[in-house]
Amino acid sequence: MGEECKLKDKPTIKELPIASIIMTPATSRFYKTGDWRSFRPEIDKNKCIRCGLCWVYCPADAIIRTEEGDYEIDLDYCKGCGVCPEECPTKAITMVEEAEV
Amino acid sequence: MAKRIPIEDSYAASLAVKMANVDVISAYPITPQTHIVERLSEYVSNGELNAEYINVESEHSAMSACLGASAVGARCFTATAGQGLALMHEVLFIAAGNRLPIVMTVANRSLSPNISIWGDQSDMMASKDCGWIQIYCEDAQEIFDIILCAYKNAEDDRVLLPVAVNFDGFYATHVIESMVVTSQEEVDDFLPPRKIPSFALHPDHPTSWGAVGFPAIQTEIKKQLEDALRNSKSIMNEVWNQYGRITGRYYDIFEPYKTEDAEVVLLLMGSSCGTARIAIDRLREKGVKAGVLKLRLFRPFPDKELRSFLKDYRVVAVVEKDFSAGGLGGHLFSEVRTSLYNLKQKPKVLGFIAGLGGRDIRIDEFESVAKKALNIVNGKEKMERDFMFLQVRE
Amino acid sequence: MIEVRWHGRGGQGAVTAAEIIAHAAINEGKYAQAFPSFGPERRGAPVVAFNRFDDRPIWVRSEVYEPNVVVVLDSNLLKNVNVVEGLKPNGILVLNTIKKPEESKKPFLNVSLVTVNAKKIALDVLGIPIVNTAMAGAFVKATNIVKLDSLYEAVKKRFRGKAGERNVKMIKQAYEEAVVLG
Repeated sequence: MGEECKLKDKPTIKELPIASIIMTPATSRFYKTGDWRSFRPEIDKNKCIRCGLCWVYCPADAIIRTEEGDYEIDLDYCKGCGVCPEECPTKAITMVEEAEV
Repeated sequence: MAKRIPIEDSYAASLAVKMANVDVISAYPITPQTHIVERLSEYVSNGELNAEYINVESEHSAMSACLGASAVGARCFTATAGQGLALMHEVLFIAAGNRLPIVMTVANRSLSPNISIWGDQSDMMASKDCGWIQIYCEDAQEIFDIILCAYKNAEDDRVLLPVAVNFDGFYATHVIESMVVTSQEEVDDFLPPRKIPSFALHPDHPTSWGAVGFPAIQTEIKKQLEDALRNSKSIMNEVWNQYGRITGRYYDIFEPYKTEDAEVVLLLMGSSCGTARIAIDRLREKGVKAGVLKLRLFRPFPDKELRSFLKDYRVVAVVEKDFSAGGLGGHLFSEVRTSLYNLKQKPKVLGFIAGLGGRDIRIDEFESVAKKALNIVNGKEKMERDFMFLQVRE
Repeated sequence: MIEVRWHGRGGQGAVTAAEIIAHAAINEGKYAQAFPSFGPERRGAPVVAFNRFDDRPIWVRSEVYEPNVVVVLDSNLLKNVNVVEGLKPNGILVLNTIKKPEESKKPFLNVSLVTVNAKKIALDVLGIPIVNTAMAGAFVKATNIVKLDSLYEAVKKRFRGKAGERNVKMIKQAYEEAVVLG
């Protein structure tokens, strides 16, 4: 699955597929909403008990479960909504402000 | 001179409906009309408006509920846009044919596909033949004033027809601007409570509505509606004059701007008229004699008035935000052209389709249209079939 | 006619700021428009809002392409959005930033810059970083399009009671602290 399915902002008639049918599935992966963040979550591995609740509750599907069973934030998509620190039972997650560029 | 207040266009509509003291509101929310019905539900909820607010499950039901309530004699209101209007389609004909003075605001929105919440005029145009009186407004002041006039016109004994008050989705719903509010005393004086017809649905004097039309009578039934719609124009003018005497704001079938010595006239409906006027000012600075004719009344179509006004111009460029697929361009263009057909001397009428699905029409685009129209009438350019789509990336 | 573009994120109140200033201008007898970029918006997504101000009725109803003033509520947006696109020559950029004014000026040499640390003001007065009314105050400092008193009135109508008073305080403080770099 590649970038070829992604339309320009201003396609011509010829560039638009018939009936605007989106020929490739799962195209929301190309929309990296990580840009929206003002705060990002950071997981303290020493406090994390690997319950997986953050992964369950994340509304953006932006928490990854590694093969070892750890949980990591997918910063490409995390919008910094703050639900994961709310749900974490051991308060292992803190929201850190993104530095101003 | 009454003070201007800041107000969002949608809320100007809600305010007019409240001040008209409607009895029944039956509506289904749809972008970009939602603010209108939300504010009305607040008014009903906090007691500012003593009305029945019926939350229906679809627009088809919204119009059906209005039908029933209006038949009993209630002053009714509904609002919709785009797909919502399309869903109401069959009931629109029923409302008009049953001579029910319902007033509906349509926040003109593009018809799917693709799913578009943005403004264009395709929704009302797709239902233009339903028998409703149809008026197009530009801004908050007009929306407010025209709604009040619409009730008075609709409920007149000589009219008894529903009125659709149209305005561009987003451009004339989600903009905050200023307007003058007519006082409640003036509104009450101008628009007394609805006079309930003797044939209204009431147990004291029962009647039957919704008759079958055998072939022997359907022609006359349809012609009766056509005559009513045609005759409503003069009453509309009476109402607008009366409103003007009270408020100082007079409305008319159309409004010219710098057309006196114009070689090219842009003809439009809705909010883009304002942008077009700025284009006219800029064109005139560059020595191009252009003008705008803003059309307000679309049904009944004022062909006589347009013939009389347009006959001596060189070229008329109709710019609209709709088209009839596989047909002959935009709906307004076709009707303007046909209106002028029999004139021995008439302007060249050209059609331009733009602004579909909320595509912004810029000042310089209007300037280009005027110049192109002049080029065509001067033989410097050709346009196949006399109409074209603008803004298309081929 | 003056045209303004506001940059913020959904939920930060950019649209509200544009509305309040339009209210203030209209109550002063001017003509004004305020509108968001049309479409659905989500919390956190970059949003834009617009104003027009004039002493005569405003007829134009297309989008704003060449603003005279741009206001940025969230400087993190500078990473991804070209906030000065279309800004007219001699245009003004009003920026919410924690950086020192001279440091903010670096990428904006050809633009008149006005900076204010609106976040600090909001945290001081409200306890939460809602910067829109503070930025409205900075906007007035930068442009003088409306009188401060008109803005206070408009904001007190929008936010009743204590909230109104706090917003007035933020406007005042931002007005005083905003630095006009030119």
